[in-house]
Amino acid sequence: MPTFVRTEKCDGCKGQDKTACMYICPHDLMKLDMDGSLTGHAMKSYNQEPDQCWECYSCIKICPQQAIEARPYADIVPLGASVQPLRGTDSIMWTIKFRNGTMKRFKFPIRTTPEGSIDPYGGKPEADISKITEPGFFVQVNGYRAGDPSELIRK
Amino acid sequence: MAGEFGNPEVIEEEVDILLIGGGMGACGTAYELGPWLDAAKKEGVDIKVKLVDKAAMDRSGAVAQGLSAINTYIGSEQDPADYARMVSNDLMGITRDDLAYDLGRHVDESVHLFEEWGLPIWKTDENGERHDGSKGMTPLKDGGKPVRSGKWQIMINGESYKWIVAEAAKKALGMDNIQERIFIVKLVNDKNDSNRVAGAVGFSVRENEVYVYKFKACLLVAGGCVNIFRPRSVGEGQGRAWYPVWNAGSTYAMAAEAGAELTLMENRFVPTRFKDGYGPVGAWFLLFKSKATNAFGEVYMDRNKEMLNDYPPYGQAAVPASCLRNHLMLKEMKEGRGPIWMDTVTALANLRETLSPREVKHLEAEAWEDFLDMCIGQCGIWAGENIEPEKKNSELMPTEPYLLGSHSGCCGIWVSGPEDVGAPTEETESGVPEHLPSGWNWGYRGMTTVKGLFTAADGVGASGHKFSSGSHAEGRMCAKSMIKFVMDNQDYTPELAESVDDLVAEIYQPVKNFMEHKDYSTAIDVNPNYITPRMLQFRLQKVMDEYVAGVATYYTTNANMLEVAEGKLNDLKEDSLKMRAKDLHELLRAWENYHRILTAEAHMKHIQFRQESRYPGFYYRADKNFVDEENWHCFVNSIYDKSSKTWTCFKRAHVDLVDKSKLFK
Repeated sequence: MPTFVRTEKCDGCKGQDKTACMYICPHDLMKLDMDGSLTGHAMKSYNQEPDQCWECYSCIKICPQQAIEARPYADIVPLGASVQPLRGTDSIMWTIKFRNGTMKRFKFPIRTTPEGSIDPYGGKPEADISKITEPGFFVQVNGYRAGDPSELIRK
Repeated sequence: MAGEFGNPEVIEEEVDILLIGGGMGACGTAYELGPWLDAAKKEGVDIKVKLVDKAAMDRSGAVAQGLSAINTYIGSEQDPADYARMVSNDLMGITRDDLAYDLGRHVDESVHLFEEWGLPIWKTDENGERHDGSKGMTPLKDGGKPVRSGKWQIMINGESYKWIVAEAAKKALGMDNIQERIFIVKLVNDKNDSNRVAGAVGFSVRENEVYVYKFKACLLVAGGCVNIFRPRSVGEGQGRAWYPVWNAGSTYAMAAEAGAELTLMENRFVPTRFKDGYGPVGAWFLLFKSKATNAFGEVYMDRNKEMLNDYPPYGQAAVPASCLRNHLMLKEMKEGRGPIWMDTVTALANLRETLSPREVKHLEAEAWEDFLDMCIGQCGIWAGENIEPEKKNSELMPTEPYLLGSHSGCCGIWVSGPEDVGAPTEETESGVPEHLPSGWNWGYRGMTTVKGLFTAADGVGASGHKFSSGSHAEGRMCAKSMIKFVMDNQDYTPELAESVDDLVAEIYQPVKNFMEHKDYSTAIDVNPNYITPRMLQFRLQKVMDEYVAGVATYYTTNANMLEVAEGKLNDLKEDSLKMRAKDLHELLRAWENYHRILTAEAHMKHIQFRQESRYPGFYYRADKNFVDEENWHCFVNSIYDKSSKTWTCFKRAHVDLVDKSKLFK
């Protein structure tokens, strides 16, 4: 289901400090065609290697213009379906359109805290250098499972 | 200002610790490092850290797309020893109990942090009803009850899993110490100690820049290996691999070239998944209680259950090893009783009998979310083929083989384990090269046999079943041991065994090949003086598929086929020097594919060395089609000599640290 960019919607992230889809694609697929020499569409992005697309939807989810969509693989899937998300800060909404016209909509939570709010070491202890070779981490949050010592048959 | 395409700017930097990769393992390390860096500073040791990632951390690694479950959560009701036993049996008895046990006792710590950071984790209320994790219920760390989809798995709303974990890691390390879009392609040994790593080199995929790092310690966590075998989808769909297509074997290849001992590289994972989209089946089997059948509605795990007795004791556990489940399914396919179906219709009908209409609606959403959180493409296939799982069953298919160490596979690098669980301190097999350690620990948890080189997650072999949470926890363990290593090696000054000029020339060779020869022919892709990375990858996939037990032969090979493969891979390795790169994007692909070749070669050499078929259902040596417990209940390890470009394989003894007989009681 390689991604494609809607010509009329993509603005090349002109107002941003970097092109969102280029920034996020884990496989370096999205490319901004600065002068239109590659696609005929200047200052718009495109998927430069669609057969390497993992369809992770990272570009679709991040695009500020909702300009990116995915078309199920032409070599596998009958035409006519689409799966499109709208990702907010605490939830994601999905619209699924079947080939036969059936529509399904789902909304799922994606995080319980405001984006950017993580305070990694807030309220956490300092590391104790004398324990650096012992099992366990600098902080314990009730998840360390010491285990039954008798299970270790060679110890 | 950056250099030109044929003449990159060279940027040299010296740090104490370099982290290569940005996935779950690296994020764990980045998080755990902070307080230990402060503690070291108090001891008068100022440690500089840098993380480089070939992608963007928010969406890099195997969790980029999200996940619908955390597959390793021990919980207070199970023992790390239970976990080590499960890992062992699923991987046909040959895993390192010390590594699995250590991971088992640490992993829930990371899961509890994920929840604190904002990952929604489903909960079960006092009436046994399931709830999304956003409902403000009691967190796991305070005794909240997760929704178990299996003995070890818990359900999450994981679309933003990686985004959340990356946010914590980025803040912990500081963006000043992180550089994205830098692809490290090669480690450099120390000038005065060939068994030590002193540096790493790579390039920017955005600017014409080559980066040369020197360090005391380095964490190599660049994922597993995808697309060394011809995928079942060869057109536009070839990118829809089961594991992320950007995992190019960089971890294994770079470690091998640096001299690190690899382990169980013969192991592979062939997941059975929903056909063509490779959507997850775990929730269908475990949560929705669905059955998989042949074309005639017969459950192959029942029909063929006698076949499990061919592989004692691994087939006789409550949950037979993953490969054996494939083995029973492949019999149906080979004997013409396909296609294989996941009977979603019956499963959902059964569930509806006991649920309220509201719960049924929720159940339908859960089924779709399972895909939408981690394999959106499968939804595209269902929508395109008009499949609603309550009305129409879906086909299952075993995929092309994958190499990895964190999921249900155990290939990877041989690392130093914990010292407090009774691991062997001596090696009883003969034939291990003298310079390698004899026991299972040599001072620093997670360090490879190369001094200063650490790994975690997909990098660590012989353990498996860590998944996302375990990879993070394993990365955290490395943070501590790398700090210790740097503190113990303060006087060490890294010196590179190769000159910077030579390294830069080597990295940019594909660019040079292109620049020198591009005008020889009028068609840019057809030129006798170079090969495109794309065609080189096709060649690799053809060899592996046809001779090294890919889907073309129903995962079957033999010594003669492997010998042919060896010759063809050798030619391919020679020709890799003639890869072209017409731009930085293609230079990325060129080096990824070089890493794939070395990883594939290691896989082939290990299968050749192991004179049995240890993983029936994942691969078969037709000439040694049995499991030989007497002679081959052992690790197969190897080292690579980069000057002669040859592999040396050898055995290491397997030792149980926990009692495996409990699996069969």
